[in-house]
Amino acid sequence: MSEYDLVIIGAGPAGLTAGLYAARARMNVLLIEKAVPGGQILVTDWIENYPGFPEGISGFDLAEKIKEQALALGLTIETAEVQGLDLSGKIKKVILKNKHIKAKSLIIASGASPRKPGVGEDRFMGKGISFCATCDGPFFRDKVVVAVGGGDTAVQESIFLTRFAKKVYLVHRRDELRATKILQERAFSNDKIEFLWDSVVTGMDGVYGVEKVNIKNLKTGKASEIEANGCFLWIGILPNTEFIKGDVKTDEGGFILVDNRMQTNVPGVFAVGDVRDTPLRQIATAVGDGAVAAVSAEHYVESL
Amino acid sequence: MAENIIDLTDEDFDELLKTSDKPIMVDFWAPWCGPCKAIGPTLEALASEFGDQVTFAKVNVDDNPISPSKHNVQAIPTLIFLKDGAVVNQITGMVAKEKLEEAIKSIL
Repeated sequence: MSEYDLVIIGAGPAGLTAGLYAARARMNVLLIEKAVPGGQILVTDWIENYPGFPEGISGFDLAEKIKEQALALGLTIETAEVQGLDLSGKIKKVILKNKHIKAKSLIIASGASPRKPGVGEDRFMGKGISFCATCDGPFFRDKVVVAVGGGDTAVQESIFLTRFAKKVYLVHRRDELRATKILQERAFSNDKIEFLWDSVVTGMDGVYGVEKVNIKNLKTGKASEIEANGCFLWIGILPNTEFIKGDVKTDEGGFILVDNRMQTNVPGVFAVGDVRDTPLRQIATAVGDGAVAAVSAEHYVESL
Repeated sequence: MAENIIDLTDEDFDELLKTSDKPIMVDFWAPWCGPCKAIGPTLEALASEFGDQVTFAKVNVDDNPISPSKHNVQAIPTLIFLKDGAVVNQITGMVAKEKLEEAIKSIL
């Protein structure tokens, strides 16, 4: 019966880096990815805080480079969606649709997805509502769009949207941004961005796509309406842990708790990147997590 | 592999719909779209697997603005699945290969 030393779930920067380290350490390793390698950076327009690229690099190009490097070092990537885990025995089982995969150790690198506030995504997803300015921005050339959020993603992507849209309303529930200062400076000096502070989007309406976005000011309670064709939602992320179902300990938000070797409460099971309880969710921190977890997994397997 | 996927323009989009005797999958994409490029290899693999039973086509939305607007496509990548000339399914964003296989099998 064949079993892997290590199975990694998810091929974002954290999972790919773990795979790269494990393959280079000549572990018998498999990386399982449900869609395509890259993860959330594929929808990132431009990355300028990842060291080594002084001119910046597109998310797609960086994802391709990390993947190429991991493959060149001997990593195998399989496309499949993980349905569940069985962590009851010493040998862990990863449950796929048609088979089980056995592994001595596991690294969960399944990442996170945009939080959906429930303001019309079912009706208008892909028809005005978007989570990806890089993908959908150009469809809003010379149109008015609403963006929601106050973090790095919301501010950076709103600035990107001004390349196409004639006006971007940035709706934020607080009266100041959480985004890094350099992004704030760029947003405040951009004529096309108008800030709607202390406000939230409550819903939207339209026939074929979004035509109106409803806004509520939380301080005054006043409701208003903006004529806009797009609504971009960047109000945080949720961990991709549907397949885990209580197998490992998480915080209240569902993010997986780990020690400083990236190990969960289950020996031999590690978690890295955006899916874990981490103070910072960046590519630089994700790849660091991946490296630590791969070496931790290697030590764990050697100790068996 | 890429020759299994027809490059459609606004001009020949309707023509294909009228003349194809097979179900059709159309991929709306653009060269600046990372996720579109990322799912490219998956679509090519599906095209070589199911190419005998389904016509695979793609539309560059930069060069061909009419077809996406006709189908209310405001996001890419968007895949539409047509059977007997009518859209029966639409998938936006990056999804698992298994989901795309299911969608293709449902129009066979």
